[in-house]
Amino acid sequence: MSYDLMREFADSWGLLVMALFFVGCIAFALRPGGKKQADQAAQILFKDD
Amino acid sequence: MRFGTEIVALSVFAFAALVAAGFGVDVPFRQHMWVLFFVLTGFTAILLRNTEFKPAAPVDPSAYMDGPIRYGAVATVFWGVVGMLVGVVIALQLAYPQLNIQPWFNFGRLRPVHTSGVVFAFGGNALLCTSLYVVQRTCRARLFGGNLAWFVFWGYQLFIVMAATGYLLGITESREYAEPEWYVDIWLTIVWVAYLILFLGTILKRKEPHIYVANWFYLSFIVTIAMLHVVNNLSMPASLLGSKSYSAFSGVQDALTQWWYGHNAVGFFLTAGFLGMMYYFVPKQANRPVYSYRLSIIHFWALIFLYIWAGPHHLHYTALPDWAQTLGMAFSIMLWMPSWGGMINGLMTLSGAWDKIRTDPIIRMMVAAIAFYGMSTFEGPVMSIRTVNSLSHYTDWTIGHVHSGALGWVGMISFGAIYYMVPKLWNRERLYSLRLVTWHFWLATLGIVVYAAAMWVSGITQGLMWREYNEQGFLVYSFAETVAAMHPYYIMRAIGGAMYLAGTLIMAWNVTMTIRGRQREEQALAGSVSALQPVE
Repeated sequence: MSYDLMREFADSWGLLVMALFFVGCIAFALRPGGKKQADQAAQILFKDD
Repeated sequence: MRFGTEIVALSVFAFAALVAAGFGVDVPFRQHMWVLFFVLTGFTAILLRNTEFKPAAPVDPSAYMDGPIRYGAVATVFWGVVGMLVGVVIALQLAYPQLNIQPWFNFGRLRPVHTSGVVFAFGGNALLCTSLYVVQRTCRARLFGGNLAWFVFWGYQLFIVMAATGYLLGITESREYAEPEWYVDIWLTIVWVAYLILFLGTILKRKEPHIYVANWFYLSFIVTIAMLHVVNNLSMPASLLGSKSYSAFSGVQDALTQWWYGHNAVGFFLTAGFLGMMYYFVPKQANRPVYSYRLSIIHFWALIFLYIWAGPHHLHYTALPDWAQTLGMAFSIMLWMPSWGGMINGLMTLSGAWDKIRTDPIIRMMVAAIAFYGMSTFEGPVMSIRTVNSLSHYTDWTIGHVHSGALGWVGMISFGAIYYMVPKLWNRERLYSLRLVTWHFWLATLGIVVYAAAMWVSGITQGLMWREYNEQGFLVYSFAETVAAMHPYYIMRAIGGAMYLAGTLIMAWNVTMTIRGRQREEQALAGSVSALQPVE
């Protein structure tokens, strides 16, 4: 694969996939009902000792 | 036979080191192999003295494996003292050049001993032992892989010893923070992959369905460092029995690879890993959950997606294409947001319990760490702006910035974690002395303030002197004049560093006495009396 092809891919589809993945992560964290699960997860470290 | 395989393997490697010491093609390589030979032989002897032919007692698979973590905590304190001591020495060498002792102890060779000593030996051991502590307790599972944790611990110490002795012998790849030569790099790769297997294996056998966010940060640190280390150290040895290798890249590609590595070492070693520490030890010490768990998830992904692009800001005004410089600058500025999101999350964990800053010196240390995280992650984006960088680059301002992050954030959060872990790891009721923690806190904080303030003034002075032209277009100052102007600040810097080192020595004493089971008789700290006073 040539540099130009890689560069072409990186700043088009590659960029789009990464940006969508990132937005998806944020959206998933903020999804409705996510707060309850997050609050439970925040308590994990107190279950032990 | 206990340690049977280990003893045989160590003997074989010791013999190989001896052969390499005999046949090495350059003098430093032969000297380095002698060092390796004596280290491995010594280690073999220790194992031989501790071997037994009785079968080992069966291990309880549900109990946590804390042995390597105890060793790691001690190693953290030990390397902290060593690395910071070397730091004070090189600070004094800059102020008083007569202190350069040729050839082994001159500034050029000691400087990487200091940087690797504090980053990889002190910081690395802190990350190693806290990550293994946290992953077991948040996954509620024993470490994976039996003695793998011991291999990782001792293998990492061997890497540190080989790296440091190599620098003193003059063996270097000249890549900042990646100075060890090819054979030491290969060894670190092996140890690091073992660390990844150890950590990932423990996560996979977890009993807790959710992976706590601290583990995400630790895992991202381990994975990214593996990637950075391998790519940046791609090189071809000139001889398999020599200490010289040549990089796979050349010119500006080489420079960019190096700073892609260098800045992400800051981002994933000194930031992500220590954020993992923050997300476990701050809630534990404050005894309240993290302010917003969802913010911590966003903090994580934003940091991961942005940090990796920030490296080119180290190469402003170089042969690197302008678009790449601008890219690095833009991502560095965007990084400010997740960094402050994380800082707010850490600080707000104390919301409703702010009095703990007054009454609990360990919390005070952690809060100071988070505050320094906030300050240095604000200063960093500012310095990455090209026009600011034209003043700050190559000056002591950069050194001041690095140290407010390293001493303030990395150092203080590690000290807090050590103070939290040590009584628990050795089953002690409490630390030897809380008053000594207060002493440590103030010495460290004032030391950083003196250090950073001196470096700001010195850096900006230096930057302005370098760019001062007269009306005929000539430079006003010769380089030697700018060096002479730095002298008072170098002395102040050494004083600040010495204060910080004194704090670390106090911690070493406190930790030693705690491990020995002693408790200092002392007055309780003001405000720490838990019983409420009756109303008049």
